[in-house]
Amino acid sequence: MTIYLPIAELPIAIFTVFAMGLAVGFISGMFGVGGGFLMTPLLIFTGVPPAVAVASVSPYMAASSFSGALSYWRKGMLDLTLAGVLLTGGLAGTVAGVLLFLWLRMIGQVDLAIRISYAMLLGAVGSLMLVESLKAIARARRGLPPTVRRPGTRAWFMRLPLKMRFRRSRIYVSALPVVGIGFMIGLLGAVLGVGGGFILVPALIYLLRVPTQTSVGTSLVLTLVTMAVATVLHAEANGTVDAVLAFVLMIGGTMGAQFGARTGQTLKAEHLRFLLGILVLSVAVRVGVDLVSRPADTFAVTQEAQP
Amino acid sequence: MGKGALAQGIASRASGMMVAGLLALAALPAGAAPARADRLVVSVSQPQVRITSSFAGAEIVIFGVAEAQDGEDGSIDVVVTVRGPGESFTTWRKSRVLGLWVNSDRRTFVEAPAFLAVLSNRPAEQMASPETLRVEQVGLARNILLQRVGPDFADVVPNDPFRTAFVRIQTAQGFYREDPGGVTFLGPRAFRADVAIPGTAPLGRYAVVVKVFRNNALYATSLSSFDVNKTGFEQKIAEFSQRDGWLYGFAVALGSLAVGFMGNLLFRRD
Repeated sequence: MTIYLPIAELPIAIFTVFAMGLAVGFISGMFGVGGGFLMTPLLIFTGVPPAVAVASVSPYMAASSFSGALSYWRKGMLDLTLAGVLLTGGLAGTVAGVLLFLWLRMIGQVDLAIRISYAMLLGAVGSLMLVESLKAIARARRGLPPTVRRPGTRAWFMRLPLKMRFRRSRIYVSALPVVGIGFMIGLLGAVLGVGGGFILVPALIYLLRVPTQTSVGTSLVLTLVTMAVATVLHAEANGTVDAVLAFVLMIGGTMGAQFGARTGQTLKAEHLRFLLGILVLSVAVRVGVDLVSRPADTFAVTQEAQP
Repeated sequence: MGKGALAQGIASRASGMMVAGLLALAALPAGAAPARADRLVVSVSQPQVRITSSFAGAEIVIFGVAEAQDGEDGSIDVVVTVRGPGESFTTWRKSRVLGLWVNSDRRTFVEAPAFLAVLSNRPAEQMASPETLRVEQVGLARNILLQRVGPDFADVVPNDPFRTAFVRIQTAQGFYREDPGGVTFLGPRAFRADVAIPGTAPLGRYAVVVKVFRNNALYATSLSSFDVNKTGFEQKIAEFSQRDGWLYGFAVALGSLAVGFMGNLLFRRD
């Protein structure tokens, strides 16, 4: 059974898209990531034009992260103050990222620069998480207390002025590194075209020592706000948001996010970090392999954007 | 850029008419030359292909009758060319730089037909001389595909790697097609051709050019068209997003929050 997409201008198998929404929504709810880094390539693979895929994934991510965030909120695993401070940096970072993207495009080879930095960033974050969580799991096996040491409260960047208390996250740190992290996420999101959840969650866990589950919940709030804004901007600037595609994705996504959030809340924190580490690393490997292996077809055809 | 393609299209059409006109004059007594349209009558089964939410492609049937004139006999050859709306495409070539595969070269095809189907009753090479086929743009290899080469626009030899790759990829995606058995004869002078329009087909006006060859020369040409357009809900959504991007964006964003909220209530697991 197919449904015709009015903006993408092609028919698409409705149950395939629904299943994709469900699967990615599960991962999204479990790890607090938007899932754009998985969904966008999947959509492009099914034949949706890249511009429409990128834009239509935004409302989908807004819906599934809202659905997931509500569950974390009910469990008290959501720090709105932290999300607010991160957002102020995030919005500035998005603007800077858009400008950086335009500048990179003027120089040319922006595609290559993006993919190399993407693979390196994800590779580094993924490996670090994997190593750390494996150590934590081993420690738990030996019967030692499984808690992550929290020496980070003494890190230099946490002792900067403008100290704030983030009650839900149980941290008392300077607002400056929080704004800085938000800025970096916004910048990366705009340049790499991803929500940045899979970088934000590790950053909150390891840099600010926010509890794993609260990091996930807070990341969902950030994803929700940035993706809602991105939807409006994409619709106005490019006119490439396909409401029908987004709606079909979202039905599956919101369901999946619920099951994912529940699974994520019941998992042990170090196991959750281990799984997220594997996910991030495998995306890095995928991007890296694409860069160095010979493509099946050395030619590709793209349609030029309509003026 | 569009003008170049247009000018060439007109030129080839004009030459086609001239050839047809000359043939008509040569074949008939003076003063009895009928209008060119009388020689070839073509009918398209569906002047409007309407896209609804269940649209997954359509089949267009083109019927035609090439009238025989006094004293004429012998078989005819028919080539049906369907050209979709013109769009610009870029063909990228990847090559290895420092161990990485990167997009290194590109060539832009300006106003190339986004859909191109060439159907005939037998391979075009057997119908007329290469020169005639070239002038009449019969077949994918002889259809003019303008490339932007630096500041110039030109079509290149058919075995140009970028052109070959472009035609190959468009064919693999179902947008380009060449079928030397796609025209079937219903009678000695009546024929039909079935053109499948894929669900992913570009929207707009499709030109249907029917060329009839006889004795290795162009005998008659007919030009008609059909439209592929969205209707109903699909059209309304597309128009809304075009007309008021802000409002459309807000509506979609609010809708997504509503769906997220509903999803949370309905599938709540805690």
